Amino acid sequence: MSEIAQSLALAGELVAAGDAKLAAIVWLSLKVSLGATALACVLGMPLGALLAVGRFPGRRSLIVLFNGLMGLPPVVVGLLVYLLLSRAGPLGSFGLLFTPTAMIIAQTVLITPIIAALTRQVIEDEWREYREQLRSLGASRARAGRTLLWNARFSLTTAGLAGFGRAVAEVGAVMIVGGNIDGVTRVMTTTIALETSKGDLPLALALGAILVAVVLVINAGAFILRQWAERRWG
Amino acid sequence: MHWLELQGLGLTEGATRILSDIDLKVGAGRTALLGPNGAGKSTLLRLMHGLLRPSVGRIDWPQPLTQAMVFQRPVMLRTSVLANIEYGLALRGVPAGVRRRKAQEALARVGLPELAQRQARKLSGGEQQRVALARAWALEPEVLFLDEPTASLDPASSREVERIIGEIAAGGARIVMTTHNLGQAHRIAEEVIYIEGGRLMEQTATDAFFIQPRTAAAQAFIRAESF
Amino acid sequence: MACCAAAAGAADRFITVASTTSTEQSGLFGHLLPVFEKASGIKLRVVALGTGQALDMARRGDADVVFVHDPAAEEKFVAEGFGLKRQEVMYNDFILVGPQADPAKAAGNDILEGLRRIAASKSPFVSRGDKSGTHAAELRYWKSAGVDLATTKGPWYRDTGSGMGPALNTAASMNAYLLADRGSWLAFKNRGALGILVEGDKALFNQYGAILVNPARHAHVKQADGQAFIDWIVSPTGQQVIAAYRIGGEQLFFPNAK
Repeated sequence: MSEIAQSLALAGELVAAGDAKLAAIVWLSLKVSLGATALACVLGMPLGALLAVGRFPGRRSLIVLFNGLMGLPPVVVGLLVYLLLSRAGPLGSFGLLFTPTAMIIAQTVLITPIIAALTRQVIEDEWREYREQLRSLGASRARAGRTLLWNARFSLTTAGLAGFGRAVAEVGAVMIVGGNIDGVTRVMTTTIALETSKGDLPLALALGAILVAVVLVINAGAFILRQWAERRWG
Repeated sequence: MHWLELQGLGLTEGATRILSDIDLKVGAGRTALLGPNGAGKSTLLRLMHGLLRPSVGRIDWPQPLTQAMVFQRPVMLRTSVLANIEYGLALRGVPAGVRRRKAQEALARVGLPELAQRQARKLSGGEQQRVALARAWALEPEVLFLDEPTASLDPASSREVERIIGEIAAGGARIVMTTHNLGQAHRIAEEVIYIEGGRLMEQTATDAFFIQPRTAAAQAFIRAESF
Repeated sequence: MACCAAAAGAADRFITVASTTSTEQSGLFGHLLPVFEKASGIKLRVVALGTGQALDMARRGDADVVFVHDPAAEEKFVAEGFGLKRQEVMYNDFILVGPQADPAKAAGNDILEGLRRIAASKSPFVSRGDKSGTHAAELRYWKSAGVDLATTKGPWYRDTGSGMGPALNTAASMNAYLLADRGSWLAFKNRGALGILVEGDKALFNQYGAILVNPARHAHVKQADGQAFIDWIVSPTGQQVIAAYRIGGEQLFFPNAK
């Protein structure tokens, strides 16, 4: 317990000192994970809506598949993306391995299923409420899907935050495709892993505390924003 | 001359027979669908509007007519009142400027012009239902289906809704409405279609129906509902 | 996408160096990088894996230079045509760390005897198990000691499949014996009740080599810059920088380029 107290104190000192290296690592973590979340929303939300309102053969199998993919181990995703981006792999000529771009790609692959599955659930509930009215007005399934995505925008922020949380907390994927290169691809989670390896547990815990604090701040911000928006636009 | 014909219509869901052997020609300008709970009125209405597909039988429109429907609970999108009304028009491909004008006119006709920018889901039940009527009216439908439109409303709102329905009918739209409220049916409809247990029992002019229904089932129904 | 990757590269000159976790964790690169960058304008992007993984990565063409410590594997790498030439850079030594109470009585300066005693007493022993240079050395010592792991392996032999740091953490929490390199040990902070038990045996010599990945095999390899790094690190300047790296006053690596 005293170790935790010691680490929290250390965390406070690090933040107060405004260490440039620490700031860069936090900034990179946010860039990579927020970037991946944005991309995963663009890919996953329409997919989720399609699964919710669409009617096509194999739809139910796809739903089960995406629910299952929510549990993809990050290290497996990292390995797959590494094989894709490696020079010896199909996309090797782009030279993306060991760059933040590779990390964004890996995390996008990791969290798109989560966002798609959660979106599907939200839109399915919306569809139940709006289905008859939208069909009566003459909306096609595609149009209804788009309308409901906008209509459910407040609930969908939770899906986005869930994706972000998973991305910013994982270490397996970004370690493999990023290589944890100092100053280039080192993020909070890989730094924590490194400091743990070096046996500097208090520092690792302190960094962990900072990571949790950053995520909490972002969630709080999103919450306040949503409350305000809901009050204004219902 | 009838404008809608149902031939041998039936709907079965799983093991349950919801409707069977419905042979019906609808020709009146204002029709009420009456029947006890679970009779199949709402199902029949949805079949007519095309929201459900029959298991057997045919639905025939001698001339295709534009349709709209208002449900028992108004279903509003999370946006302004005006945007809700405009949505239906947008689906019909009406250009933006025209959409806005028609939506505002429809909103004025239901007596709520000042609510245009309010969030639709924050209005009272009665106000939302009037907006739903405005949304349907803006589409200038030739047939308006209504499923127990005042069942969830207080008497004052109900009266307002009935007035609006009357105006829509006066404008030339055909009305088909399910209701529990016998007085309402009497006030609004020209013709009554009475359904029980998924079967068509009678189709009679309103006055005649309420003075002396032809079937024993309908007589029992009126007696029960009048208490 | 290719233009974005190229543009990012144009902004800094860099080479990718595949190296080992033990070298990274000793802190050597933190010490070396700034000096080399200042001298050459070339940035080093170090990806730290086990030796086996580092060589595999280079075989796939994902690195420009390998800098590892397993001479046999390195020679094989060059013989297979994946590397141009192996150059010796520096050495340090392996040490056997273990519980200071030393239940197996392994302490001394004979690694083979120490390992025999550990096997005989079935004292807990943590192995890297990850095809790293350290792991390869460990297996060589068991063999030379005459211990047939296949038959004598038991619950006492814990094959963790992990890098140097995690293996040290594991050994510290299990109070087990472990073969480590001195650099990682000196930089390691979570020692628990562990201490150095066997050191100084000539057999514990640990040689580091650097190899340029063969551009004939992978056309995109940055030959000029990669060679510049290797040339620098075997030059008197580079060798001196290596020798100057200390932890707590102790020198970790001993330059021995020819």
